[in-house]
Amino acid sequence: MQYLNAFWVGGLLCAIAQILIDKTKLTPARILVLYVVIGAALGAVGIYDKIVDYAGAGATVPLMGFGNVLAQGVKKAVDADGPLGIITGGASAAAGGISAAVFFGFVIALIFNPKAK
Amino acid sequence: MPDNKNKDYLNYIDKTAPKSPMLKNIALAFVIGGLICVIGQLIGDFYKKVCDLDAESAKTAVSVTMVFLGALLTGLDIYPKIAKYAGAGTIVPITGFANSITSPAMEFKREGLVLGMSAKMFVVAGPVLVYGITSSVVVGIIYFLYKVMIGG
Repeated sequence: MQYLNAFWVGGLLCAIAQILIDKTKLTPARILVLYVVIGAALGAVGIYDKIVDYAGAGATVPLMGFGNVLAQGVKKAVDADGPLGIITGGASAAAGGISAAVFFGFVIALIFNPKAK
Repeated sequence: MPDNKNKDYLNYIDKTAPKSPMLKNIALAFVIGGLICVIGQLIGDFYKKVCDLDAESAKTAVSVTMVFLGALLTGLDIYPKIAKYAGAGTIVPITGFANSITSPAMEFKREGLVLGMSAKMFVVAGPVLVYGITSSVVVGIIYFLYKVMIGG
């Protein structure tokens, strides 16, 4: 069941982005920025975690999940460390994804060359 | 004169080119984006059941794995081929975030390893991080103030 929920929720989030790309002048970069900010906002008020409970990876794999991780991280850090957590919480929680993206991006780009268009 | 010709030509293209098959694009984005999430779910269940990770660690491990796969498939020129059909279905998942880093990094490698590759890595990912981290700080400020006022 979790797999079905992951499929349709994740698919829906992608389909909405596709509609935004086709119907508006929003570029993919703007869509990603928009998704992260919406994810952080929904995460802040606790809605996104409910979607994660329902859809699992269907909610965590799309970039909105990244925004949610940032928001959850900052709330936990404020609970634990007070005001310092405002600055440290988001990036600490997202460190895995960010460092992986930088490191793997760097290594793969060193190894592979772009294919002729 | 060439400019005029160009305009006529563009008008002609506009009239004769088929309208972008929007429904098909949306369906493809839905199916391929959904499948990428199902793969993420499979990897997460693997980490939870086989590697015995707790839910939080499994989520992070899934992100790291998906990012690796996105970067690798970009390097192998497979991800761009899927993206041709999937559109947002390959942009929105975190594998697309990895693709947005790896693709310009490869492209600009010839302009140098520092200001070429490493600077251009962040053409798309940079804004995502800027807005994402800024959002998290704003959330933190509001949450902190809320706690002070309610809990104080």
